[in-house]
Amino acid sequence: MGYGYYRYLIGGVSTIWLLLLLYLLLTGQGEAFDIGWFLTETSPYMWSLLGIGLCIGLSVAGAGWGIFVTGSSILGGGVRTPRIRTKNLISIIFCEVVAIYGVIMAIVYSAKIKGLPVDGIYTRSNYYTGYALFWGGLTVGLCNLLCGVAVGINGSNAALADAADPTLFVKILVIEIFSSIMGLFGLIVGLLMSGKAEEFN
Amino acid sequence: MGLLGSEMLFFNVHNGYLEGILRGYKAALLTHSNYTNLQQCDTLEDFRMQLSATDYGNFLANESLPLSTSKIAEKSTNTLVDEFKYISTNSTEPLSTFLDYITYAYMIDNVILLITGTLHGRDTHELLERCHPLGKFDAMSALCVATNVEELYQSVLVETPLAPYFRNCLTASDLDDLNIEIIRNAVYKAYLEDYHAFAQTLEEPTASIMTKLLAFEADRRAINITLNSFGTELTKEMRSKLYPEIGRLYPAGTNVLARADDFDQVRAACESIPEYHQMFDGISSNSADNDDNNSLEDRFFAHEVLLNKETFLQQFNYAPFYSYFKLKEQEVRNIVWLAECTAQSAPQDRRAVPYIF
Repeated sequence: MGYGYYRYLIGGVSTIWLLLLLYLLLTGQGEAFDIGWFLTETSPYMWSLLGIGLCIGLSVAGAGWGIFVTGSSILGGGVRTPRIRTKNLISIIFCEVVAIYGVIMAIVYSAKIKGLPVDGIYTRSNYYTGYALFWGGLTVGLCNLLCGVAVGINGSNAALADAADPTLFVKILVIEIFSSIMGLFGLIVGLLMSGKAEEFN
Repeated sequence: MGLLGSEMLFFNVHNGYLEGILRGYKAALLTHSNYTNLQQCDTLEDFRMQLSATDYGNFLANESLPLSTSKIAEKSTNTLVDEFKYISTNSTEPLSTFLDYITYAYMIDNVILLITGTLHGRDTHELLERCHPLGKFDAMSALCVATNVEELYQSVLVETPLAPYFRNCLTASDLDDLNIEIIRNAVYKAYLEDYHAFAQTLEEPTASIMTKLLAFEADRRAINITLNSFGTELTKEMRSKLYPEIGRLYPAGTNVLARADDFDQVRAACESIPEYHQMFDGISSNSADNDDNNSLEDRFFAHEVLLNKETFLQQFNYAPFYSYFKLKEQEVRNIVWLAECTAQSAPQDRRAVPYIF
């Protein structure tokens, strides 16, 4: 997992894009590479459902990541000092909360989705709803992913510090609470982003 | 070189549990008050009582009285070995290789011990019992079959992971009594450089912390080689070949060391490194040899303990695994020293040890 790996990934993807672009240009189909066309032709359902999927998916990934980082440390630290195991469950709960934020937002977003006949989809209001749910979902998902990782790393610190010196637990817990609040920021902003979006109609 | 901070994301996948275990072990190291109690013991039975109140528990419970210091040494070394075995059997790459490197240092000592013993015609089976258990390798009993240096040397080259270190520094004809120490240091130099190179392939912050720890080890060896070479037949060219090519003294400091003729010139070589320079404070050339409480050797040990303690300030890296076993080794040395003092009823002021916590 070095810089080299990422460099290859970025290089590979951009080469493929460049080849595709040149192919379209040189075969006289340059107008096919049209972002506006892509945005207007893609169904708002696609955008909104993708947003909901990213929202819950990234949140759960963040929570899971945090739980394994914390959990493996609690497991190891708990061997000599079993007293840490109950107290440090709070770190696991903090990680879990992050997944719950994702679930809440996914439910709020999916309330805006309603079945429509095909020709009634492409309206101004539906476009807005689709984009709002996509970017809102992405915001919530990424915030929760990073929040979950942050809480997990802090939880791991907390578990090992608690095992070494019980007085440190509360101090590190305060920092952990600050990390877990970051997910809440994402949740609030995600709510605001979708606040003006109306139900599909 | 990994993505910045990625060790926090991925370290616990394979090593989170083991790091927790290791920090549990570290919390069990004897503290200052434990040592104070041990220092005041009058008999080895007292000594055992004091130790049973710590995490050593009843490790001496099944021993028949009277206790001997060698028994205490053996048992406390065994606790170190058990802990090491537990960690290393549960480890995955690259931690398992990292831990293997720790055992190489003991292997070198064991092989040198066997070579010396064979040179003096000692019974190799008796020598095997004196080998450090961490440095034992599968083919070690095969080494006992060797009746002369040539055979022993060949089996070391074939059977142990130390082969690359030995291969580079000598041929079999070089093996005589005089050169044993030179061989030991040349092999150890190759080992330190290899360990350093391996540590650099690991992610940050392992690489930078290990660089610090190995640099001190290398510098200590360079200084000791120089100090011990005064008044021997070791030429300056030979000596300069034994300095590890890592560490904070390399290359400017080792250059000065290579030309040093007496204690004061060694001190001058260390001038550029404040930590080392301080160690020479209050030590003159004639007091450098006698082992009073403040000898250079003790200060090196104390500094090593300090460096290894600092390693634990950072989580999610491999360096604590190295540091813990160094600290534990120091603790075993302390216990053996205090047991020895107790057995011989040494005065209290002679019983100082480098405290760990």
